[in-house]
Amino acid sequence: MSERITGAGGADGTGGAAPAPRGQLRTIAARFARHRPAVASLAVLAALALFAFAGPLLWQWDHTVSPDIPSSAEPSGAHPLGTTSAGNDVLGQLMRGVQQTLKVAFTVTVLATVLGSVWGAVAGYFRGWVDAVMMRLVDVLLIVPLLVVVAAVGGNVRGGTTWYGVALVIAAFSWTPISRVVRGVVLSLREQEFVEAARAAGASHARIILRHLLPNAAGPIIVAATLLIAVAILVEAAMSFLGFGIQAPDVSLGLMVQNAKTAAFTRPWLFYPPGLTIVLIALVINFIGDGLRDALDPRQAMVRG
Amino acid sequence: MTAEEAVAGAVGQGGAVLRIEDLHVSFPTEDGRVRAVRGLSLELRPGEALGIVGESGSGKSVASLAVMGLLPRGAQVSGSARVAGREVLHLGDEELSRVRGERIAMVFQDPLTSLNPVYTVGRQIAEAVRAHRAVGEREALARAVELLAAVGIPRPEERVRSYPHELSGGMRQRVVIAIAMANEPDVIIADEPTTALDVTVQAQVLEALEAARRRTGAALVLITHDLGVVAGHVDRVAVMYAGRLVEQGPVEEVFERPRMPYTLGLLGSQPRLDEGRSVRLAPIAGAPPTLLAPPPGCPFAPRCPMAEARCTEEEPPLRATGDGHLAACHFAERLEGRTPQEVFVRSGEPGARHGAAPSPAPAPSAAPLLRAEGLVKHFPVRSKGVVRRRIGDVHAVCGVSLELREHETLALVGESGCGKSTTARLLLRLLVPDAGRVEFEGADIAALPRAELRRLRQDMQIVFQDPFASLDPRMTVAEIVAEPLRIHGLYRERGGAADVERLLRTVGLGPEHAARYPHEFSGGQRQRIGIARALALRPRTLILDEPVSALDVSIQAGVINLLEDLQEEFGLAYLFVSHDLSVVRHIADRVAVMYLGKVVETGAADRVFAAAAHPYTQTLVSAIPLPDPRKERRRQRILVRGDVPSPSAPPSGCRFRTRCPKFAAELSERERARCVEEEPPLEARVPGHLTACHYAQERALV
Repeated sequence: MSERITGAGGADGTGGAAPAPRGQLRTIAARFARHRPAVASLAVLAALALFAFAGPLLWQWDHTVSPDIPSSAEPSGAHPLGTTSAGNDVLGQLMRGVQQTLKVAFTVTVLATVLGSVWGAVAGYFRGWVDAVMMRLVDVLLIVPLLVVVAAVGGNVRGGTTWYGVALVIAAFSWTPISRVVRGVVLSLREQEFVEAARAAGASHARIILRHLLPNAAGPIIVAATLLIAVAILVEAAMSFLGFGIQAPDVSLGLMVQNAKTAAFTRPWLFYPPGLTIVLIALVINFIGDGLRDALDPRQAMVRG
Repeated sequence: MTAEEAVAGAVGQGGAVLRIEDLHVSFPTEDGRVRAVRGLSLELRPGEALGIVGESGSGKSVASLAVMGLLPRGAQVSGSARVAGREVLHLGDEELSRVRGERIAMVFQDPLTSLNPVYTVGRQIAEAVRAHRAVGEREALARAVELLAAVGIPRPEERVRSYPHELSGGMRQRVVIAIAMANEPDVIIADEPTTALDVTVQAQVLEALEAARRRTGAALVLITHDLGVVAGHVDRVAVMYAGRLVEQGPVEEVFERPRMPYTLGLLGSQPRLDEGRSVRLAPIAGAPPTLLAPPPGCPFAPRCPMAEARCTEEEPPLRATGDGHLAACHFAERLEGRTPQEVFVRSGEPGARHGAAPSPAPAPSAAPLLRAEGLVKHFPVRSKGVVRRRIGDVHAVCGVSLELREHETLALVGESGCGKSTTARLLLRLLVPDAGRVEFEGADIAALPRAELRRLRQDMQIVFQDPFASLDPRMTVAEIVAEPLRIHGLYRERGGAADVERLLRTVGLGPEHAARYPHEFSGGQRQRIGIARALALRPRTLILDEPVSALDVSIQAGVINLLEDLQEEFGLAYLFVSHDLSVVRHIADRVAVMYLGKVVETGAADRVFAAAAHPYTQTLVSAIPLPDPRKERRRQRILVRGDVPSPSAPPSGCRFRTRCPKFAAELSERERARCVEEEPPLEARVPGHLTACHYAQERALV
């Protein structure tokens, strides 16, 4: 009987020659590769990471003050990005700064995205009083200004001035927007028939949330997460400025910009390298987020500019 | 003879109110030009009713939108369309406005979106009147009342002051018809006017269209996918496929002597109310071609069992094959006297169901597999705001009892909102009933602990209505089909990927489909994936929730045949939830008719259809159009008034009495009192045939 029915459904406009079965990861990678700005951005990000983590091993100066470094020198062969008035090599500072900033930003994003997504998905899936309690907590966290809480908590936590301390504190208070986004998406997704189909097959709540709801919310989650990276970089910078974040003699991109804010016109080499690097990181992350979102969505058209 | 000459010859030289010549419409898209209409020519005589039939994507709606000048900006239109001698393609906005409404009017599918929600319907009708005539507001409103009365809306004086949301779907559609006839146009184009409506309401709306036509003398173009609707309401019919007209002629001619294999295939795919289970449907293989790059030759050739080399090389022109009958097929004459079964059912397969007789009726003594007793489900209606008090209940299911035996198909039938889908979900315990029991093989499902309930899910699975929403878009077909197995930890045990492949083959898909995602498939194929998933756990019962109602007729037939084959092969019991009585007639052993949360009639399908005893069943049966013009016109029709009452405030006594034709016309005052006061119990009239009506009386209506 299958002979006959193959005819009824088999030949079809969508078909053509069947592609060899490919692993899902490879399919996603192939789709990602078609998104050129994302691929370029990934290369830039890799270069930045290499610069930040491998650079200090090769460059003779680190981020600290050295008596051998002239004060307030313009960029030159010995110090390509110049020096500070205290006697730091700006290139050495930049390497260290990018390193610290990347570590903080990625840690914050991973922690906050996971927590926020699961929190929002659970609230949206179960609805009722579970939702009410969980989302009221989110509301409470949301109405307290992020910077004030982070500053207050950061100053009082042991290790609060190391990069992971800073990252943990920022993450603990920045997952709420993601949870709201995910909850909204899940509220509509849970009514779809494929969720009902999974329930009818006997799937557990955990399976439905992890296997069906969260993957289908991937688009908004990735968009929110890329925005969060930018937020994390800025919050870290602000904390450093207020004296609650990473502190001298250690250095971060934010701290460097804050230190150089009065020197933007007089000694531009202090201000522009860290400032432009922040912009570059945020931009690159956004492109990668775009590419990922499209690559993860099987409905996206395969042809892209 | 060229196509145009043939058309002109067939129609005669009388003045046509609408003459379309060589109409081409294409849309530029990212993937290339979609050629939606390719060389359409047709004529409409004054007062004539022309049906345009086609499946989704055939270009039938696009053609009518082109005539109305309503296509989106990017569309490229060429050719000519003349309304009463005047060219309307490429008209300026202002001139076009004068033609629209005055000479040609349109009725759309969705009555909710074609009315403006912030104005009363009276004002909207008056607006249409005043757009073309210099009359005062008062006069226009008086005309609105008159028009509402003409389309059969009760108490039109009050209704003119209603807003669209205060009216039901059927009423709204009649308001749209009233607007269309406001200026006595020469042509009314109705694009799928009843597709969004229930069958009893469909009958009312078609009646209103007829009334509009009689009153204004307008010619009607009725665009639909439903062959039954066309059969009863038009004089001539035109069949469209892949943007072309492939057959045209007087309605009896086309239905009785189709000369294009596609038309024949459509007729063979359509389940009919007047045919029992013994006739097997003859589905058309494959799916319509993409309109991006239509293949050379006949667009139907890839699906046509008669196709020869010539068909793929040369596109057949529309040529005369009989009196006023045109067909676009090289071999039209070969269809002389052949049935769809002969042409479309491939050799080696019996045209009738295996063994001719319907599947053996289970012995009455057999213990039911699935039994429901007194199921009740109310959904709370809550107030808006913070407190969200419970301000009422939607009585979705009110005391439904059912029995499903092994290897049997029980159809649960009713209009939207009757509680049939809710009942299906209660049986599966996707919803928890407020009262009542569900037993599977004697075990009460409600009392089962979690783990046991999961075990039970292996025996009972569901197939959903919407093949687009019921498959997770982020999973491959293999993952979707394997999921139930993985959930129950059976994936390895049953053979992993090989078992998935076997399942796909069972539903007529190939192993090459496994790695693809659902969006790459057509509706019919997706439904097959859904069926494969439901079969993965080797269940004994399938709950089918409107499994074919989202599919085109030719695709639907293939899925119905598949379901029948699977039942034969695996001895499945089906609970088939549907609003489509023709499909039910074709597939069901027993039927339960639901109205407002209650079963009003149940019994063997043959008996219920042949001798319906409840007035509601009678109206349902008589409202289903037959795809047979002669029978359809002779049939006795029982029209119900009004719409289904709100399930949050069902009528007292018999729930159907507010719409019951018997209550309205035949019963005396004393008899009526009983209907109002006393709820009729579901009682056996003949063993196995139960009816909930105080005054049940059998009638043959097919």
